[in-house]
Amino acid sequence: MSISLTPDFEKKLDEAITHYPVSKRSAALPLLHLWQEQFGYISDEAIEFIAKKLEVQSIHILELVTFYPMFRREPIGKHHIKVCRTLSCALGGAHEAHACMKKLTGAQGDDHGPCTSPDGKYTVEYVECLASCGTAPVMMINEEFYENVNSEEKAKELLKKYQ
Amino acid sequence: MAVAERRILFKHIDEPGYTVDIDCYLKHGGYEDLKKAIKLEPQFIKDEVKKSQLRGRGGAGFSCGVKWGFIDAKKTTKPIYLICNADESEPGTFKDRQIIHKDPHQLIEGMIISCFANSVHLAYLYIRGEFPEGARILEKAIAEAKAKNFLGKNILGAGYDLEIYVHRGAGAYICGEETGLIESIEGKRPYPRIKPPYFPAVLGLYMCPTIVNNVETLCNVKHIVNMGGEAYARIGKPNNTGTRLIGVSGDVKKPGYYEFECGAITLGELIYDVCGGIRNDNKLKAVIPGGSSSKVMRADGRYKVKGANSEMTEIGLNDIPMDFDTFAAVGTMSGSGGVIVMDETRDMVDCIENLSEFYAHESCGQCTPCREGAQWMKKIIHRMNHGHARKEDTDLLKNVADNIAGRTICAFGEACSWPVQSFIAAFRNEFEAKAK
Ligand SMILES: Cc1cc2nc3c(=O)[nH]c(=O)nc-3n(C[C@H](O)[C@H](O)[C@H](O)COP(=O)(O)O)c2cc1C
Ligand code: SF4
Ligand code: FES
Repeated sequence: MSISLTPDFEKKLDEAITHYPVSKRSAALPLLHLWQEQFGYISDEAIEFIAKKLEVQSIHILELVTFYPMFRREPIGKHHIKVCRTLSCALGGAHEAHACMKKLTGAQGDDHGPCTSPDGKYTVEYVECLASCGTAPVMMINEEFYENVNSEEKAKELLKKYQ
Repeated sequence: MAVAERRILFKHIDEPGYTVDIDCYLKHGGYEDLKKAIKLEPQFIKDEVKKSQLRGRGGAGFSCGVKWGFIDAKKTTKPIYLICNADESEPGTFKDRQIIHKDPHQLIEGMIISCFANSVHLAYLYIRGEFPEGARILEKAIAEAKAKNFLGKNILGAGYDLEIYVHRGAGAYICGEETGLIESIEGKRPYPRIKPPYFPAVLGLYMCPTIVNNVETLCNVKHIVNMGGEAYARIGKPNNTGTRLIGVSGDVKKPGYYEFECGAITLGELIYDVCGGIRNDNKLKAVIPGGSSSKVMRADGRYKVKGANSEMTEIGLNDIPMDFDTFAAVGTMSGSGGVIVMDETRDMVDCIENLSEFYAHESCGQCTPCREGAQWMKKIIHRMNHGHARKEDTDLLKNVADNIAGRTICAFGEACSWPVQSFIAAFRNEFEAKAK
């Protein structure tokens, strides 16, 4: 395998596996999370590597990546903007927030999927309820969470942090 | 006059200066209930939980004492596992988030006590993937608790061992369903298992007896140990004991999260007194009372409930007391405590289109009626809402929904068809008007 991992990263993977003394296979999601945090997406190499590490067939890892919405097979923009689209947020202006983010970042594409800006800096995407319906509309940018994003000024202010 | 909150689980939430650190928790009397519990007989704690009449807060309202009663540590030779369901992904629900992010040790203490009571030595805390910060907070809380010997080997010298690990989901709603959740921890797709035979209490995680409880349920256990089962049962109403964490969202002036004694407040008091009434002073049109899967209620509907002397009386929406049994009696459910409010400016077909997209996206795809039906419902509602409604669409839509519920492996079948059925039942005219 061509991929080379830092000892630090490998240590993290091994540590995660110790959380599942009954079955190594249980560590599949944590390993996928760690991989995606490090490399941005789940490549073919990632699938093979994790499968080998957990002593399962590659298909048992691939089937997770294709099922769980948070995992992706391709890189996306440097900053990932996830706008909640479910009912309470929709009532609170989620569609406006999504459109505003697309406009401000120049992200392009069909609203039903991830929209990325031509410079590769931003990906704007709808997601389902983020469990903060009382502060609609809400969104996540990378791992941070933002509430009441209900004006263009506010959206602009947020984006300043993500250059 | 606004009904006063009764904050037990939310006691320290948003209190100035209250932090997620263990020192802060200890200063506020944290882990005293564990110290008390660990000296008791596990069966004694289980009996107290039974006496408390605590019902599960994850959605179904199943008796916690009965659930724990299915598991007998003395009879099984297999290990027993406990899983905390922190998947919180039912639209409209945002209560567990507050505890996870602002008072994590309360949950950890509740979990340790629950594990001790059920002779569990390995437990998982399943948190939804979209709470990365929450996962870090919980992991730190677990490490802190371990350093103080509230977790790990020989806890507080009592000879009891327990490990808790955080397991992150990855964006799939169906992981909240307890058997899907178990599959997910096993490293598989979260395909729910068929019951029977796969009741978690019998064939759960790794085919061993397993208890799955919601965050709020497990926190309550700590308070039951603190005050005793009988005292806890005096909060709220018989069979609807304790407090409920309630999240209000949608068209109210002050959306937010609150804690009330079960049944102590009516829907009207919640919406008008606590949440300041409807946005822009519009009129109330409809309420989804317990997460998006619960049946919608019309603001001008009449609802049959049992009066003080068990006689049936009819009341309006505003007078419905918020407890498990009353919501069930009026044909919906208190579910996950997520109240979604819609005002007169809302198009009901538009609202259900939004929810139908959610369910079509989240069906796991194992059962044909759910996988296909959820898509069909979404497509029919979409065309109705975008100028292509046919005369027969309302009946067709209802027919599809009727053919999902009751014919699937898991309760997602009901979760996706009840909203559609109830929106049509309550607002049929709006659906039919689309075809004109
Ligand atoms: C489709 C579906 C989604 C669910 N999502 C959740 C959830 O996000 N959180 C939760 O606690 N329970 C959820 N449940 C309920 C769980 O299956 C289970 O009943 C609950 O965790 C049991 O805990 P309790 O007895 O403490 O309520 C869901 C059920 C279904 C059918
Ligand atoms: S009812 Fe739907 S979500 Fe549940 S197992 Fe069947 S297909 Fe999956
Ligand atoms: S609907 Fe957006 S956070 Fe729940």
